[in-house]
Amino acid sequence: MDWDKLIELPIYQLNKADKMPIFNEHLIQLAQHHYQQSENYRDIINFLYQGSVFENEVPALAVRLFKHHLLKSINDKDIFKITTSSGTTSQQVSRIVLDKENISRQQKILVKIVQQWLGRKRLPMLIIDHPNVIKDKFSYSARGVGIQGLSLFGHHHTYALNEDMTLNMNAIEEFFEKYTAEPVFIFGFTFIIWQYFIQALKKEKTKAQFCLRNATLLHSGGWKKLQEQAVSNQEFTAQCQQVLGKVNVHNFYGMVEQTGTIYVECELGYLHCPVWSDVIIRSKKDLTPEKNGVEGIIQVNSLLPTSYPGHALLTEDLGVLLGEDDCACGRKGKYFRVNGRLAKAEVRGCSDTQA
Amino acid sequence: MTALTILINAFENALELPISEINDSLEYNSHKKWDSTAHMILIAQLENDFDVMFDIDDIIDMSSFVKAKEILLKYDGKISF
Repeated sequence: MDWDKLIELPIYQLNKADKMPIFNEHLIQLAQHHYQQSENYRDIINFLYQGSVFENEVPALAVRLFKHHLLKSINDKDIFKITTSSGTTSQQVSRIVLDKENISRQQKILVKIVQQWLGRKRLPMLIIDHPNVIKDKFSYSARGVGIQGLSLFGHHHTYALNEDMTLNMNAIEEFFEKYTAEPVFIFGFTFIIWQYFIQALKKEKTKAQFCLRNATLLHSGGWKKLQEQAVSNQEFTAQCQQVLGKVNVHNFYGMVEQTGTIYVECELGYLHCPVWSDVIIRSKKDLTPEKNGVEGIIQVNSLLPTSYPGHALLTEDLGVLLGEDDCACGRKGKYFRVNGRLAKAEVRGCSDTQA
Repeated sequence: MTALTILINAFENALELPISEINDSLEYNSHKKWDSTAHMILIAQLENDFDVMFDIDDIIDMSSFVKAKEILLKYDGKISF
């Protein structure tokens, strides 16, 4: 695969006719690579499809396979890092095998995508979590990986919470005073921002309102706990703006099994597919592709994974495809909404690890 | 202090390494202490000590002690190592 060229593709500008031939060609190449390099993957494909595969369709693996098997397409000596999904100790976590090349590609693609939303300049960064979340190797799961990955886009990193998840008001006030007028970057996991930051700030009697003039807040990690409290995306955004001031709020969807290709929500609240990945919504009954507007199981395809066969994954999330190439925000490609978890799937969103 | 001394001190502080291990053969991730967490601490330290602000690409590229020198020279033509 010619990554020197692929990485230069415009992220949200190709329409279907221009993107899909390139995307499909590379996805099939990638599937063949994994078929040759990963014994487990080969066994699964041979068992399910008797080898007659990859001509025009690449089958998706259920994402939970990564919880039960260490699937890899590289030699043991080339394993550089194994990242795990979020999950409490009682739950089984996904294990993703990475080599240096794959890590570097994930990082470069993440930079390309995030810069579309934050700009090229690094910004003062407020992290809505406590600093030990990245130091403590035991809780070093997707939450730590997420914070660390996004730290790259900030400077003067400030943690808004203490270790017991209470507000660190001194740090927060100092940050807001110093950077009120300039662009700042705020990052955290959805539920943690809501519960331990926005709601906690509202309870603070002294000074519960700030007037940021130019902030961007990115958040991710799942809505399950907020759905239980009946908090919608609109409500979340509205309260963030009420408490913080002028802030652009963008949710994003992504998973540790396909780190790098994240799906960021546009100004209209729709998640957008970057050029290096594709989303297919499949029927809950028979897994055939659903029409636009009909809820189904989300499949994510990505060109990034080379060290593990995670290029086509059937997630445990439900979503709706809303359209392709015609979002009113002007971005090309597919756009969709995530509705929540498939029933019976375990709680697993990053922000849900803080019970 | 020479730029090299400042650089060595920054590595010593950020990565919590003995000075004896800070030399041209030191590489990101080949040493246990220089992992991705320590990397961002190192970046903050260097930015503070040399009064620079790195581009994202340079943060990713700073994969060794030698590379750190190269990148710093790009930002400050007056220093030498």
